[in-house]
Amino acid sequence: MNPFQDFLQFTFSGLTGGAIYALIALGFCVVNNTMGIVNFVQVDFVTLGGMLMFSALFAIGLPTVPGLLLAVAGVALIAMLVERVGLRPARSNHHLVLIFLTVGLSIILRGIIKLVWGKNRMALPPLTSDTPVNLLGASVLPQALWILLLTVIAIALLTWFFYRTPLGLAMRAVASNPTAAAVVGIPAGRVRLTSYAIAGSLGGLAGVLVTPITTLNYDVGVLLGLKGFAAAILGGFGSFPGAILGGLGLGLLESLSAGYLSSAYKDVVAFVVLLLVLFIRPKGLLGK
Amino acid sequence: MLRLENVSKNFGGLPALSDVSFDIPQGKLTALIGPNGAGKSTLINCMTGVLQTTSGRIRFRDIQIETLPPHQIARLGIARTFQNLKLFPRLTVLDNVLTGLTCEGGKSLVMAMFRLPYLRHRERSLKLRALEALDRFGLADKANWPAGVLAYGDKKRVELARATVGKPELILLDEPVAGLNAEETAAVGEQLNLLRRAGHTMLLVEHDMELVMTIADRVVVLDSGRCIAMGSPEEVRRNPLVLEAYLGRTEAVA
Repeated sequence: MNPFQDFLQFTFSGLTGGAIYALIALGFCVVNNTMGIVNFVQVDFVTLGGMLMFSALFAIGLPTVPGLLLAVAGVALIAMLVERVGLRPARSNHHLVLIFLTVGLSIILRGIIKLVWGKNRMALPPLTSDTPVNLLGASVLPQALWILLLTVIAIALLTWFFYRTPLGLAMRAVASNPTAAAVVGIPAGRVRLTSYAIAGSLGGLAGVLVTPITTLNYDVGVLLGLKGFAAAILGGFGSFPGAILGGLGLGLLESLSAGYLSSAYKDVVAFVVLLLVLFIRPKGLLGK
Repeated sequence: MLRLENVSKNFGGLPALSDVSFDIPQGKLTALIGPNGAGKSTLINCMTGVLQTTSGRIRFRDIQIETLPPHQIARLGIARTFQNLKLFPRLTVLDNVLTGLTCEGGKSLVMAMFRLPYLRHRERSLKLRALEALDRFGLADKANWPAGVLAYGDKKRVELARATVGKPELILLDEPVAGLNAEETAAVGEQLNLLRRAGHTMLLVEHDMELVMTIADRVVVLDSGRCIAMGSPEEVRRNPLVLEAYLGRTEAVA
């Protein structure tokens, strides 16, 4: 392979991983913007996406597309339950209390996942065939193209929702000034519930898309989720364009350093760059 | 329309409001005046659920509202502005005003998600109303600016547009002309006058006595958390207690 093909190959795989991080990072941002907290349950939404997809395909026997929709909707529903049953009864606005609740809920959810789906590694088939296609000399798995395409669609839907619907406006208002939002009549509870549903859908979609590549087990989401969290911080926690930029940036860093240095160093390089960026710009790339 | 009965509010044992009782009659502009620290903003915060009263009742029509959360009070038709501005700085001016129509636009959110045709039509009509409100306050040309970058006087007017666009039954205005120049004050005064003539019920907290005396139907005077006088602007102007609260204090300082 010539150097250009190599570069293209690394770039593609970086963008693919980066798209997954971006989806997870967006989920972190949505909850942060409406509640001001880091929602650590996000990592389990990723696992749940893969698990529900597995059950939809093999336990129910659904075709791919309905399976994907069911898995994403299922995670959204579970996420709403987490907010309604796990967080709201706390009746606390103290951020530290809520963040620790999400840590606890994440552990509980992982336990439930372990009980329901077991501890074994499972394999999820890719959305379509796994014969690589040739793109400008780089060989790319169709799954990678699906990841990129569906990520773009998810981001487009998210943008439409936030900027073109009344509920989206309400959510931006809460993120911008919670007191003023309450006083114009925006119900904080419904906005929080919606933000969890969206975070669940994004995490679930990331899980459905990535687990055919990574294999699936009960804590597959933890490392992916932490990378997504890092991506959100890199981009500026809370900023949507930042989350996308941070996700893609982190993915590219990993893949380029794995390609040109050594795959052993890919996490090191990615996180050293993350630290450097935060030393120079503590608010992240696009943080406010 | 709104009735306060023996409303008290303590902050850590310090009384900010003590036994405040008065009515805001329908279709009238009631002014609430008093020296700094008299408890005027605290009272508005209690009426809108931003603060909880320590004791006493607040009734809007026949509903007891002192224990309701702010968004439910807003849904009953009470809108307000803030003394120290509470806009959505990252949203555009138009979006800021559109949030003032939350109570009307937000009833069928699920359908709004799918953008049914009639909803799309309604959405457009909400937008038109928001633009009209901006036009009334001379801000139509800044509709697409982020609210955070506006000059202070413009921000004040965006808040007024947001509070009035939904045609609320009761509008609580916390110092709407504080910090505005004479020209801007006159323009806002004119808008308040129009709203008053259109039959809106308003409570106006204001230090600008000229504005208060010209547009208020009734004046309530608060001093150190107590209601010390109420009546027509003329009556209040001549009330010795009021003169003492204002002038006595000035002499003490001087």
